[in-house]
Amino acid sequence: MDLFVAVTFQLVYGIANLALISLGLAIIFGMMRVINLAHGEFLMLGGYTVVVATNAGVNIWVAMLILAPLVVGVIGVIVERVIIRWLYGRMVDTLLATWGLSLLLIGLVTSIFGASTATTISPPLGIIRIGDYSASGYELFLIGVTLVLFLAVFATLKLTKLGLVARGTMQNPEMSSALGVSTTKIYMITFGLGAAVTGLAGGLLAPVTGVLPTIGATYIAKAFITVISGGSAILAGTAAGSILLGGINGIFSFLTGPTLGEVALLVAAIILLRLMPRGITGRFFRKSL
Amino acid sequence: MTGGNTGMRPVLIFALIGTVFMFGAPYVLQLFTIINLTTAIALAVLALSLALVWGFGGILCFGQVAFFGLGAYAYTMGAINFGGSTWAILVAILVSSAFAAILGYFVFFGRVSDVYLGVITLTVTLIFFSLIRRTSGPEFKIGIAQIGGFNGVTSPPLNLPWDTSSFLFPEQVFYVAMAALILCYVFCGWLMNTHFGRVCVGIRENELRAELLGYDSRLYKLGIFTISAGIAAIGGVLFCNGVGRITPDVFNLYNAALTIIWVIVGGRGTLIGPIAATFGLFYLTSALGGQSTLNNNLVLGVILIFFVLLVPKGVAPTITDWVARRRRPRKASRRARRTMRRDEGSNA
Amino acid sequence: MKPARDKRPVIVETQNLAMHFGGVRAVDQVDFTLFDKELRCLIGPNGAGKSTFFKCLTGQLVPSAGKVIIRDGETTGFEPHEIASLGVGIKTQVPNVFDGLTVDENIWLSARRWHAAKRARAVVAETIERLQLGDIRREMVGRLAHGQRQWVELGMVVAAEPWLVLLDEPAAGMTHDETARTADLIKEINTQAALIVVEHDMQFIRMISKQVTVFHEGRVLMEDTMDAISKDKRAREVYLGNRA
Repeated sequence: MDLFVAVTFQLVYGIANLALISLGLAIIFGMMRVINLAHGEFLMLGGYTVVVATNAGVNIWVAMLILAPLVVGVIGVIVERVIIRWLYGRMVDTLLATWGLSLLLIGLVTSIFGASTATTISPPLGIIRIGDYSASGYELFLIGVTLVLFLAVFATLKLTKLGLVARGTMQNPEMSSALGVSTTKIYMITFGLGAAVTGLAGGLLAPVTGVLPTIGATYIAKAFITVISGGSAILAGTAAGSILLGGINGIFSFLTGPTLGEVALLVAAIILLRLMPRGITGRFFRKSL
Repeated sequence: MTGGNTGMRPVLIFALIGTVFMFGAPYVLQLFTIINLTTAIALAVLALSLALVWGFGGILCFGQVAFFGLGAYAYTMGAINFGGSTWAILVAILVSSAFAAILGYFVFFGRVSDVYLGVITLTVTLIFFSLIRRTSGPEFKIGIAQIGGFNGVTSPPLNLPWDTSSFLFPEQVFYVAMAALILCYVFCGWLMNTHFGRVCVGIRENELRAELLGYDSRLYKLGIFTISAGIAAIGGVLFCNGVGRITPDVFNLYNAALTIIWVIVGGRGTLIGPIAATFGLFYLTSALGGQSTLNNNLVLGVILIFFVLLVPKGVAPTITDWVARRRRPRKASRRARRTMRRDEGSNA
Repeated sequence: MKPARDKRPVIVETQNLAMHFGGVRAVDQVDFTLFDKELRCLIGPNGAGKSTFFKCLTGQLVPSAGKVIIRDGETTGFEPHEIASLGVGIKTQVPNVFDGLTVDENIWLSARRWHAAKRARAVVAETIERLQLGDIRREMVGRLAHGQRQWVELGMVVAAEPWLVLLDEPAAGMTHDETARTADLIKEINTQAALIVVEHDMQFIRMISKQVTVFHEGRVLMEDTMDAISKDKRAREVYLGNRA
């Protein structure tokens, strides 16, 4: 029984983790149909924000929940204004420019903070006991945050004007310009929001993983597969992708160790795309958010 | 490019220049430079393979380095097991092409979009990286060869095909590498002048039209993808010979990006451009490696963004455009003829 | 099977063909028959379903229900290249050409699909002659005017020497002269092949057509000669009335 609880908890944590690192990427992909190749570096910047802020004496919760999304969100808006907006309609070039940005950010952070691990911070919250099994309170907290974040994005999409336009754009990219909405502004906000959510995720994960200039690379493979397997619906896609791939990853990791877990994740995603080239939400739940 | 064309001429001219360089360089350059050049040549073969599949096939492959690295590993494993390099080279090409064919089947027959294709190929590369890094233990071996985890594994040098105990000297490896580059280049130039190659270019230009003419675009894409993986594997074999070992770092994000940058800088739709860009950037990054103020990642990131925003066609096509405009500024019909010839020439 | 009212063999047939997008029935229960060497025009107001029907024939869309039969075999759900490989020449509504290649190369890619290298070059030369594309044969297609691009696409269709030709709005965006030449070309193609032509240009249809099928709200409203259709009250209401 305790083993069952432990395995289930790890599985749920794995899925939540995947959803958390992918959501910001999914927001940008859902709205702009572009995969942000600098996604890993946005996560990395969120982590550095937390490390630098806590070292300067800022409360860790303030650093993770407020500063990380704020700083990375602002960087996202700047990036959109300086680079991305010149490339709208040129999908491949946008992809390439974000890759250039990824290298640039790695280089910049390495120049400032050095190539090795910055001061680590230990995860707040202690151990929680479930019967004989003890779980990390912080992992439980991350699962909770992921759920709250999904609800927040859901509310934004459902209740705000931005959300209305966003839903229109997801269903039909030409529609928002037909509505007379300034697509430029929408894209700027989208990119900023996607970056902010990514920064938050990066900040929250910093105590678990530590920070390194190249840490982005360890996240992006998983985030990319989750988002493209999920398809272009932001929430349903990320959720479906995370549950399916996180589940497969979890089961394989449990059975054979973490190495094959990642391979299984990739193989599953490739087979899935053979069957559903536009991802799960390209085939099912097309009207979903 | 139409029948009886002059499309092969520029290819042969560049091949001739390459041959002169191949036989001349060892007399002029120091051994150290020659050894370094061998590595650059290996990378140029990789650049060529991406120029083929992306520039001509229009296939957005962000993970060309995966086939390169796979080739290098397959060669190393093969050469250790066979005790000789000849069959190992063949194994390297076959393993890489077979892997590309399987991956290509899923992505092309699923008809996934460009963006997805780029991201999937990149992800495959990154997973190779993390997979091979975790193979340090003695239980991870192929035949008698340890995979070696993040430390990598020493690659046996090339030997004479008829004598497995006569290893090639660095100058000889340089000759082999240069000859391989020239042959691969001529092969690619020739391929793009065949019916197959022209259909690939047609698919790049307009996939639906190619289908409406009765060409199964999926098969052509799969074909050019598989061929280019084989060429990348040849690059990989040369690379681990030039460096002397192969490590999982070959699969990292930096190297994947570097490959893309060679083709962007050199220009899509040309074969010689990316080769030239590889040599140029190889010496730039070597020079930068010697100092510590400017980080390599930073410089490459700036170069990539700069080219995408301001020189999206790349250097080689921009130069040919500029020359064509200057030579015949007014005579429209002549200019058109030049443009035509230039496009034939773009196979170079 | 319907009783043939004509001695010629049926080469295109659809049975109960339907294409639904969500709740919209773009094509609904269409039974259509084309005889060998026939020239048929499909007309109808915008949104009548004729282009959707066309795309079901060419394999660009997979119909939601019903069957498409070309010659003797069912082709429902075929890929466009499979349809084309039967010897069917197809021209789409938006010109689909190879913009980065020359006129010569465009036509060569079509001819070479069916012929060995030497014969393909001869077919390219013949086609260029026949369509009077000689002056622009070395131009990049991407730089040509709209009407010329349409002609290049027609050249690709002709070079394949098809026995069945499907054209979606071949005269769109053409000048009066070009339209007249296109009509002549279509009549000439018709001596060798059957054609289905989707068009709205009434004058153009009068130049070429014998039998016309009128689409309305996804269904076949009527099928007759152009004269009879011009006189028909229902057809005038749905279509001609709007235009006059």
